Formats: sequence, structure tokens, C-alpha cells
Amino acid sequence: MATPRTADANTGQGKSKWDRVQEMEEFRLLLLAKKEFVVPTTVFFVVYYFALPVLVGYAPEFMSRKVLGPVNLAYLFALSQFFVAWGIAWAYVSAARKFDKYGVHILETLKREGYDEKQDGKRGL
Amino acid sequence: MRLDMTLVLFLSFIAITLGITAWASRRSGSSASFFAANRQITAWQNGIAVAGDYMSAASFLGIAGLIAFFGYDGFMYSVGWLVAYLTVLLIVAEPLRNAGKYTMADVLAYRMNPRPVRAMASISTLTVSTFYMIAQMVGAGSLVALLLKGSHISYTVAVTGVGILMIVYVVFGGMLATTWVQIIKAILLIAGTILLSLLVMAHFHFSLPEFFRAIAQVSYHAPDGKLIVKDFMTPGLRFKPPYGPLELISLGMALIFGTAGLPHILVRFYTVPDARTARYSVVWAMVIIGSFYIMTTFLGFGAATIVGRDFIAKNGGTNMSAPLLAKVIAGDVFFAFISAIAFATILAVVAGLTISASTSFAHDVWTNVVHNGVERSPGEERLVARIAAFVVGAIAIAIAIVLGPTANVAFLVALAFAVAASANLPVIVFSIYWKRFNTSGAVCGLLFGLVASIVLILIGPSVMGIDAATVVGAARHPIQHAPIFPLENPGLLSIPIGFAGALLGTFLGARDPRAVERFEELEVRANTGLGSEKATAH
Repeated sequence: MATPRTADANTGQGKSKWDRVQEMEEFRLLLLAKKEFVVPTTVFFVVYYFALPVLVGYAPEFMSRKVLGPVNLAYLFALSQFFVAWGIAWAYVSAARKFDKYGVHILETLKREGYDEKQDGKRGL
Repeated sequence: MRLDMTLVLFLSFIAITLGITAWASRRSGSSASFFAANRQITAWQNGIAVAGDYMSAASFLGIAGLIAFFGYDGFMYSVGWLVAYLTVLLIVAEPLRNAGKYTMADVLAYRMNPRPVRAMASISTLTVSTFYMIAQMVGAGSLVALLLKGSHISYTVAVTGVGILMIVYVVFGGMLATTWVQIIKAILLIAGTILLSLLVMAHFHFSLPEFFRAIAQVSYHAPDGKLIVKDFMTPGLRFKPPYGPLELISLGMALIFGTAGLPHILVRFYTVPDARTARYSVVWAMVIIGSFYIMTTFLGFGAATIVGRDFIAKNGGTNMSAPLLAKVIAGDVFFAFISAIAFATILAVVAGLTISASTSFAHDVWTNVVHNGVERSPGEERLVARIAAFVVGAIAIAIAIVLGPTANVAFLVALAFAVAASANLPVIVFSIYWKRFNTSGAVCGLLFGLVASIVLILIGPSVMGIDAATVVGAARHPIQHAPIFPLENPGLLSIPIGFAGALLGTFLGARDPRAVERFEELEVRANTGLGSEKATAH
């Protein structure tokens, strides 16, 4: 992702901060860490979620089987979706602590190089 | 007695929220405060507000009713509403907060030629918000008229009242007032739901096996008078072959991919100080939303077993299931309490929709499309937003009155989610994650998704159908012809069309070096929060 780029003519002062961050090893690692968590997790929850309507829709007899006293498989599977979703949210929050560390590191590096945060964020959209 | 009680509770909610609006109006003196509550809302506050924005009357009254009438198939609606927030959490919330300012279009237009992209994104936002709003207002009108039966508050008065209140919240209190209205409503809704669930369990002597045994033999009468006993935990009471399974999948797709494209949910993430807070606010929202939808088990199956389909059908129909359950189980005062909560629910949701629609008009259309991104005088954007809120509110009131209380408006909710999933989500995802994506891709994605959703709803069973001569007035299908598209939820087809449009537009359009270059910038912003909008002091 992080293609090394030469000086940015637009800024007139060498590289823009965007280019500078794109060059940083921490930024590459941040994107990689995010991708490694988000892509498989998204695939998992999408597959796990759509298994419910597919099974309920196409195998209703199987899903109607009582597995826990009067409670059937369909209800238990539906209920499990809630806890799986909460579990994934918890896992993401834990993983994101690592992402935040990279972010802090990147900002510190920029500040060391003279970047002033207060002058930023005022640009209109 | 119960009438007075309901009215008193209604009026106290209105008084409290108007008080908050007055307080907020003194703090809405800048654009950042009016549109984004100064970005000072905390994680738990925003989490509760997101839940408040999301749990509409369709959830509280609608799902309880669907479970009461169709058992397990009704509960299928509950599941997708929570899982959908994983898409928000993992893919959308943080980059959006980092890269945008006031609206969804901020992120979509970031790398692109801003005018066409903003114009399309705003059309999509306004479509989602106004259709969703009209559905809520028709629901509010019939509900208030039903709950306050005998009080001479007609449907028209109820709709106008709800409309005026939502305009007042937004025009005078901006995002800050809207946020607190959501928070109060969500707390009331959760409190009411917990109480009702406890009462249902008390009815079954706090024994889950006893509760589930009762669900296994729910009895009601068929239209021909025959007594039917059914296991309400069995799937298939509503979603029947041949199209039932596809309908379930299509509904799931609309929820899972649509929630992360709902403009009134997305703008909530601009009210917090940074992406980290946005992340924690999604988690808060998930705790509340998940708990609520699990408890629809007690609301819906409680209504099915304790109140029964027959009684509900005679006393106002599916949407009255939860209030009637309260009445049967705990008497008139509790009925009044639950009714007031339903009213607060609708009011809060329409206020959230109004602010997202008017912000999009002022910020996207007025400032950025018409005036090339320049606010000509200080405060102009806010003024335009206030006028837009007034106009949008007036239009929604007028349409809701014309449609009338018997109009079938469920399809408007389906339409809102379909547009969010088919037009907004593909373009949001590609904008943030795909380097090659360009202006023509964004415009085509929005356009294809929007048109596909609308057309498929128009030729689907919500609008087209052949009614018997006994069905009269607004309950009749607008087009008396067999439906051409078999599903009520078009997501199964319209979401791939939206993605295909975005891909097609990208590859057919010219390569856009500026969009590629700005991608590097957006990528840094979205992932690090560098240069993001900061919280401001009052």
C-alpha cells in the first residue's frame, strides 16, 4: 500500500505530512494489523450471520429440532448471534488498542520533525 | 384514568425535552455546535444516543407485533439489527469520524470532484431520511390516535404535533438537543422493556422452561373461526416458500449492509471528540441494542402467550401488541407508561432524521454544490439548515396527512434500508478502501443503488398486488397488477447492482490521478486521525 513517493510539489516545502506518514514503517504496520484483523473477522461474521436465514429458510425441519428442553435449534442459533456479535466487538476493541499505539507513535514522530497539531484540523472541507 | 395518565406522561416528556432544547439553544451559536454538538459528546452518551436513533417504533412496536403474530419468524427481524453494528464498528465509524466534518458526503467527496458526488450523496441522504420519516410519522399518527382514543386527538392533530415538535428540537436545539432527546428516549425505552420483560417472567413464575413450554402451544382462531394451536418457536409462520427463504436473506442483507449507510446514524459519529471515542460509542450502542432485541423475546412471545393474537387483532392490531401486553399484565398505569415510551421513541427518531436531512441539504447542497464550498456569510449554513428542517418537516407532515392512518408504510422503511445498503454503503467502502475508485464510480454507485432500490420496491409486492373488492382505501395496493419482482426487500438484487454500478463507473470513467493522490491523504487521515476535526469549547 505505502508506495514511497518523492517530494510533493504542492506544499512547496518538500513532502506533505501525508506523504511523510505513508513512508513510515509504523503506518505500514498499522494498515497491515488492521487488515489482518478486520478482513477475516468481517468474513466470519457475515458467513455466521447469513447461515441463520439460509438454514432457517432452507432447512426448517432441521432447525425446528428441540435441543434444550422446549427450546429449538433455530432459537438457540439466533440467540448465539447476539453473543457472537458482542464477542467480536470485544475482540475488536482489544485489537484496536494496538492500532492506537501505532497512531500515537506516528504522531510523535511527526511532532519530532516539527509538525504542529494546533495548526491542523482547521482546513474546511 | 388511563387516558389522563397517558396524556400526563406525554406532556411531561414534551416539557422535559423542550427544556433541554431551550438549554441547548444557548449553546448552538456556532456551526460545530449546531451540526455536531461541539464534538464533545462522550462515548456512553453517544452510544445511548445511537441506540436511541436506531430503535424506532418499528422495532419496539413492530417487532413485538410480528413475534406475537408470527412467532420465531418475527424474532428473525431482531437478530440482524445488532449484527449490523459490526459493519459500523469494523468498517465505517472510525474512518468516517477521522475524515469527515458534518455529513456522510464529506467522506465520499473527499477524493473526488466534489460537486457531482455531493449532489448524488445528498439526494440519497434526503431520500433515506424523508421516506423513513414519513413512515415514522404515519405510525406516530395512528399510534397516538389509538392510544388516546376518545380524547378527540385525531390522526391529523397527532401527526402535526409530532412534526412541529421535531422541527422545534432541531431548529432551536440543533444536534445537542437532538442528542439528549435520543438519550432520554433510549433510557426510557430500555427501562420500559426491562420492566415489561420482568413482568412477563413473573407471569411464568420466573421459569424459562415454563415460558418456552407456553410458546410451544400458542392458540388462536383462524379467520374461519377454527381454533389453531401452534408451536410459535417453529420457523416458517411468516416466511413461506417459494420466496420466504430469499426474503429472509434479502432482509438480512438490507440490515447488515444498510445500517452502516444510514445517514442519521453516521452523523452521530461526528459528535464525539475522536475516532477512539466513536469506537467505544459503537460498543455502548451494541450493548444497549443487543439487550433490547434479545428482550423482544419476552415482549413478543409474552404478547403471543399472555394476550393472544385474537385479542390483539380486535384491539388495534399487530402494532398494539406491546402496549396491550402492558395493559393485560399490569393495568392501565403501565399501559400509559409504555404508550408514552412509544411516543417518545417516534419523536426522537424523527428528530434525528430531520437533523441529518437538513444538515445534508445545508452543508452538501447549499454550501458545497451551489456555492462551491464557500459559506458566504458567517452562520449562513446554520440558517439554511434551520430553514431546511422547517421545510422537510412541513413536507413530511403534509405527506403523512395525505397518506392517512391506514396507509401501508412498512415498505418505506424497507426502501430506506435498501437505499442505504445499495447506494451509500458500496460508495462509502470503496471511497475509504479502494485507491482506483473515482468520481464516476461514486456517482454511478449512488445512482444505480438508488434507482435499483426504488424501482424494485415499485414493482414488488409492497406496491403491486391484486386486492379483493373488500379491501378499500389506502390499504389497497397502489398498482393492481401481480408483482413483477417477488420480494418485499430488494437488497438481494439492489445491493449487487449498487456495487456493480460503482465498479462499472470506475472502470468506464477516466483514470483520476487526483483521486488516487488524495487517497494517500485520506488513508492517512482515516487511519490515524491526523488533521481530523477537533472538539471545540463553548
